[in-house]
This record gives sequence, C-alpha cells and structure tokens, in this order.
Amino acid sequence: MARYFTDEHEWIDVEGDTATVGITDFAQGQLGDIVFVELPDVGSVIDKGKDAAVVESVKAASDVYAPISGEIMETNEALEDDPALVNTSPEEDGWFFKMTIGDKSQFDGLMDQAAYKSFCDGL
Amino acid sequence: MSDDTEDTIAETETLPLDAWHRRKGARMVPFAGYHMPIQYEGIVTEHNWTRNQAGLFDVSHMGQLMVTGDKAAAELEKLLPGAIASLKPGKVRYSLLLDDDGGILDDLMVTNATPWIEGDEEAGTEGRWGEPAYYLVVNGAMKWDDIAHLREHLDDDVTLTHMDEHALIALQGPSAATALNRVMRNVIDDMVFMESVVHDFGEWPLRITRAGYTGEDGFEISLPAEFAESFADRLCAEIEVRPVGLGARDSLRLEAGLPLYGHDITTETDPVSADLGFALTKRRREEGGWMGHAPVMQAFAEGPAQKRVGLAIDGRMPAREGALVYSGDTQVGRITSGGFSPTLERPIAMGYVDTALAAEGTELEVEVRKKRLPATVASLPFVPHRYHRGK
Repeated sequence: MARYFTDEHEWIDVEGDTATVGITDFAQGQLGDIVFVELPDVGSVIDKGKDAAVVESVKAASDVYAPISGEIMETNEALEDDPALVNTSPEEDGWFFKMTIGDKSQFDGLMDQAAYKSFCDGL
Repeated sequence: MSDDTEDTIAETETLPLDAWHRRKGARMVPFAGYHMPIQYEGIVTEHNWTRNQAGLFDVSHMGQLMVTGDKAAAELEKLLPGAIASLKPGKVRYSLLLDDDGGILDDLMVTNATPWIEGDEEAGTEGRWGEPAYYLVVNGAMKWDDIAHLREHLDDDVTLTHMDEHALIALQGPSAATALNRVMRNVIDDMVFMESVVHDFGEWPLRITRAGYTGEDGFEISLPAEFAESFADRLCAEIEVRPVGLGARDSLRLEAGLPLYGHDITTETDPVSADLGFALTKRRREEGGWMGHAPVMQAFAEGPAQKRVGLAIDGRMPAREGALVYSGDTQVGRITSGGFSPTLERPIAMGYVDTALAAEGTELEVEVRKKRLPATVASLPFVPHRYHRGK
C-alpha cells in the first residue's frame, strides 16, 4: 500500500482502485480541537482541488480539497460521534473518506512520507 | 487545507510579552496589528481551565488611555452616553463611543482614576483628591481611531495620554482571587466587580481592576511594560494559573454573551438594537448632551428593527459570522459571531434577528453551506456570569 501526501496536508492511502483520504498530524495540530467534520455525500463525484469536506475547529472552519478526482465510496461515520478522532488518530482512525481512483497519473507530483516531512520542516 | 479567518497584516508589531508567549509554547497569529498568542495547549483545554481555575491573558494590544483635567468628566460625557460625573473614584463603568448617527464606534471601560493625595502632618496639609483622571480601556483594533476621535472632540483643557508603555494582563476564573490574594496579601479583599485600585507591589506600580471578558470573576492588571514578564511569571508560579490565548478568550466571551467590537457591534449597530441599553444611564438619556443622543432616543422610542440575541444551534455543526438566519423562507437575521461552546458542548452563536422573532424560545433556522440548521433564540449569557459582587 502506498501513501502519498499533498501540500494541502492531506494523506492518501492507495489500495488497488481505492484511495483513503485524511488530513495529516501536522494539519490537525495546526487546526486545534476539532468539533465537527462535514463529509461529502457517498456517490458524489468530486474533481481534484474542489471542496470535499469541511473541518470545524473551535476557532474556524477549514476546507479540505479532493486530492484526486473520483467518486466518494464511503465516509468515516465514526467522525459523526467523535470528531476529535481527527486530533487523536489523524492518520489512522480519523480518516475522512474513500474514493475511486480515476486516473493513476494523478499521483504524479504528490509527496512520499520523507518528502512531506521535509516539506513540513520547511514551513 | 485553508484557514479562512486569519488576516495577514503588513506590519505586525510585537507586544511586551512576545518572547514570554513563545517560550510558553504559544502559537502566534496577527491580531489587531500585533503578534498575539492564539493558543498554548489547545483552545478547549485553556477554555475549561479558565472556567475551573484561572487563566492569564495578555491583552496588552488594548488601548489604555488616561484623560485628566478639571473638566475631564464633563468632556467625556459629551462623547459617552453613561454617567461619568457621578462615577466615584475607584469605580468602573462599561460605556460606548457613539457617532453622530448613534452608531457604535467602540465599547470601552471607564474607571475614575482620580488619585488620593495623602495629607502631610508636618506640612499641615490634609488628604485630598488630586486632579480628576479617567482611565479608559478600548479595543486594540480601534484604539487609533478612538484616540483621533477623542482628540478631535475633547476640549483643549483636558489632557489625553496614550499609556503605550503599559502592558495589560487579565487573570480570569473562579480561582483568580485566591491566586492573586496569595501573591499580594489582602490587596483585593474588599474589591468587588467593577472596582479598581492602584497598588505598589514591590517595585511594580499596578492598577488592579476587578472586571474582565470571560463571565468569570477576575482582574485586569495594568503595569509598565518593563515589568510585564516578571509579573506574568510571578502569577504563573501559582498552581491555579496557566496562560490562555485569544482562541479561548473568544469562546469564553461568546458563552458569556459579551459582544465583540467589529463583529457583534459596529457603526452599523446602535445601543438599542445591540441590547446595550444598560450602558445608557437614565439621567443621561433624559438630559442628552452626548454625541448620537437624538438618533439613539428615536431608536428607543420606535423600538429597534432587529435585536441582538443568542442562538442555540441543534447538532454539532457550528454556524459562524455571516451565516443567515431564516424563519421559513424569509431571511430574518444574520449571525455576527458563532462557534462551538466547550462548556455546553454544542454550537452557540450571537446575531441580529427581526425584533418580532427575538423572544427567547423562538424557533428559527440558520443556513450553513446550503444546509438549514434548527436554532432557538436563547437568553444571554449562555453560561451564567460569576462576578464577585460582594453582598
């Protein structure tokens, strides 16, 4: 399983034709206490770079953009009752949604773990 | 990810406690032209700490002004709708600066800071009150406009001093008095809410005011900037005290139903619709003689078209500033500040709605990202005030 990172601080796990998307530990640290996550509708088709989800912290609402284009197949229902999962387990239990991968060339230009780490260190 | 609330300001200045905040692990953001700590440990933790113990807030960005002169009270009464002349030394009043149309230019705290001058037996002089002095604390983002407004309209016989070499530190929470009393024995024993004293603590000349912006008992302490770090360290040495950032300050004041200038009150709102009529003393309403008197009295007589209310929102999704309020298909209002209440663990908001729909319990809807959220008009404050009013 390959994990990619975007410069918008999202992670993407790729398994076969499915991508699981969440926000990184760095991102949740920046956002602070998360009180609500608005997830996309299952079955909706979202283009790369378009609004896919909204993360509400105590302080503000922040958009999460679709890192690739595809159809939403499943969303993380655990976030409805416990949005703080994004704070406590951002890169595992706090995943946002699973989507289809239309075109694998979309991963070109995304970062791997090491590249993302040096990206964050440079911020 | 994008954060849609943080403004970037070209020349952001630093405050006296800047390095202290960074050492305490604060995340700094630009606010009101300064680098300010938005949080240290986390907004919810800091919020709850303030409700249960005592939070130390650096509010040195706020404008601290001193207005002195024999005519100071009379001159201030030309610009403020509250009774200043009858405010006794050591007493504090919440007031407003209004424009000619009755719009709110800023909200502020006014303290009668007239000094008591001790008598000298050898010289044969008796104790007496010194030159009348009024200490004003205004919003950081508005202070330059306020100073210009005051300079323009106050008589030349009155002196306006911007105390820009002073820091302002708030200590807020149910344990604030315990902690402060341990640091400075008996200084605050007799003080109640909205009273102010000057006190020399060692080499630190302090002005201690029992007031704040969280709904809790607490104090605001003004002191020369050069002593701010050692004073903050001294307070934080107490087990009850931890530093708290701007993020929690905002969620605390929202729960306490206190309006935030530039959001809940602006020049587009007046004291009547903002439900701040308590800041307009009865005698001064009748006698007038203050900027904005005629339009404000007209608003009282006619009743406001809209009123500032609290809204308790169903579910968990917060409604933020700018969200529109509906009754059926009709837009009847707008949210002016909103967020998630850590104390109540639900979204709460403040906003303006049509007066006919402003009664507590009225069921309305708020639109957030094209979704309608059920909302109920709630009485303010959302979380009861716990000021120390004495007997």
